[in-house]
Amino acid sequence: MYRYDQYDQAIVDARVDEFRDQVRRRLAGQLTEDQFKPLRLMNGLYLQLHAYMLRVAIPYGTLDSRQLRTLAGIAREFDRGYGHFTTRQNLQFNWIKLEDTPTILERLAKVEMHAIQTSGNCIRNISSDQFAGAAADEVTDPRPWAELLRQWSTFHPEFSYLPRKFKIAVIAANEDRAAMRLHDIGIQLVEQDGAVGARIYAGGGMGRTPMIAPLIRDFVPVDDLMSYLEAALRVYNRYGRRDNIYKARIKILVHEIGADEYRRQVEEEFVAVKQLGIDPPRAELERIQAMFAAPAFSADAPEAIDRSDPDFAVWLDQNVAAHKQPGHAIVTISLKSIGGIPGDASADQMDLVADLAERYSFDELRVTHAQNLVLPHVRKADLPAIWTRLREAGLAEANLDLVTDIIACPGLDYCSLANARSIPLAQKLAVRLAPRQHDLGELKVKISGCINACGHHHAGHIGILGVDKKGVENYQLSFGGSGAEDVSLGKITGPGFDEDGVVDAVDRATCTYVELRQAGERFLDTYRRVGMQPFKEAIYG
Amino acid sequence: MKLLTGNDLASGDVTWWTGSGWSRHIEEAVDVGAEGEAIARAEEGARRVNVPYVIDATATADGPRPAHIKDRIRALGPTVRPDLTLKPADPQAGHWVI
Ligand code: SF4
Repeated sequence: MYRYDQYDQAIVDARVDEFRDQVRRRLAGQLTEDQFKPLRLMNGLYLQLHAYMLRVAIPYGTLDSRQLRTLAGIAREFDRGYGHFTTRQNLQFNWIKLEDTPTILERLAKVEMHAIQTSGNCIRNISSDQFAGAAADEVTDPRPWAELLRQWSTFHPEFSYLPRKFKIAVIAANEDRAAMRLHDIGIQLVEQDGAVGARIYAGGGMGRTPMIAPLIRDFVPVDDLMSYLEAALRVYNRYGRRDNIYKARIKILVHEIGADEYRRQVEEEFVAVKQLGIDPPRAELERIQAMFAAPAFSADAPEAIDRSDPDFAVWLDQNVAAHKQPGHAIVTISLKSIGGIPGDASADQMDLVADLAERYSFDELRVTHAQNLVLPHVRKADLPAIWTRLREAGLAEANLDLVTDIIACPGLDYCSLANARSIPLAQKLAVRLAPRQHDLGELKVKISGCINACGHHHAGHIGILGVDKKGVENYQLSFGGSGAEDVSLGKITGPGFDEDGVVDAVDRATCTYVELRQAGERFLDTYRRVGMQPFKEAIYG
Repeated sequence: MKLLTGNDLASGDVTWWTGSGWSRHIEEAVDVGAEGEAIARAEEGARRVNVPYVIDATATADGPRPAHIKDRIRALGPTVRPDLTLKPADPQAGHWVI
């Protein structure tokens, strides 16, 4: 894992001191809320429905046990004993006091964490593949590249006040586990003639106007990457719409001028930027890569797993993925217990996962954009012991990518921007569909409480969007979205539903799928083959 | 009726104007009539509240009930964590919200 150098630590420490002073001045009345709000947002501190909310950055979703224990400690001491993992691979604390925030940030800084740039119109936390460094199908570990981008984008003076927020994802496999093309810039590391470089997509995103990012450049050599991204951001910074918040994201710019024209401008800008010499020497990437070197896997780790416990076998088949190293596996820990709150983990659960990571996974763990946790490097022989401990803590739900593994944003239970609640809907759906979840197979349900789409509803095989219908919660249903390598945007089924109505509608849609499916087809495949009509008939009668 | 609500500056807690100060309990909120904006300005200036705003509500036997679900959820707490609401021991509390 990456370790802060003196510069990283110095800037994070300095920011804590700066924010402590800003909080002091706010509490003393020397700053108004209008003056203070942009300052607190730049430090990830929102004011939500019930309290302040602190969003902590988890760079490319990677944590070690020391960091997760610190988060657990903050949850216990300063919050109400839990945290919420988000679709940006971050963690949110829902019950933070302004007066405690500097102390919390100080605790985070001690374990090389912060909340900088988790809000505001800047480059946000870089997200990545949660299986990075472990996946058999990657061309390289994308995290050193993501770390390079983190360093480039942190406090980048030119990109601190972009027209709108800016999200970047980096992956290095053909299987897209990070919804890469639904980012402002999506980067796929690819190999060409023996060299690794970056395939750049730009102008994707969800929200009010969802767009799939078009390909902008097939291959950017490593030595040009920073210059190329700098050029891509510059063109956006120059021409992105600052007059209309709904049209300010890069996706609107790329859509309006067209991918070809955007590319032309970026290429032109790139020629100028390249002269500035901002690309770091190759040695810098290599220095970072050394910190992400593969752990000392045991070469003779046994392959055999005792499957005699049927519950364990189900979990094994559902939540454990192939690792590139023989005798090892990748474990996804579901934070989607049936009827629970998607993405929430108690402080005790965080401590347990930290223990497991330390003992069984070379002290590494990951957060997924689907709001689950991952132990990336475990020996197959240790799987039964891990499962037993997870089960004792209520963390062994065998539902990865199944219909109960629902992404849900905090919605109207917490979020001040929400139109409707997301969590109760996720709970009702999970309870209703759990008995059939294994038969239904892969089925990604994603729920957002408003058009901002933090719950990725556009990318759900089944997507649900909460809307406000004259002060009453209403839910719009859509089918056919995907955030994976077969990326697509969902299509609205028709008129919306109340909470129970949408649960019934989803239930009926799954029955239609079961009736119509052909061998090997997921819900999404069947939908794509037969279209909306049969589902519509089932839902609306 | 009109209620004045906001958040406590230091703690972030949801608070309601009682006529003489701020309370976490909506039962103690009073009708501010047309005075809401003026009270809000004065109280915010004195840092006794943060981001105050006036809402519509109806008077009920159980006390004022905000017109919008968002403020009912603010008044009680998250509907999905009864243990974290202001009335953790009252299983009926959630019905009032929805
Ligand atoms: S989608 Fe809307 S309701 Fe949900 S967390 Fe984002 S802003 Fe809040």
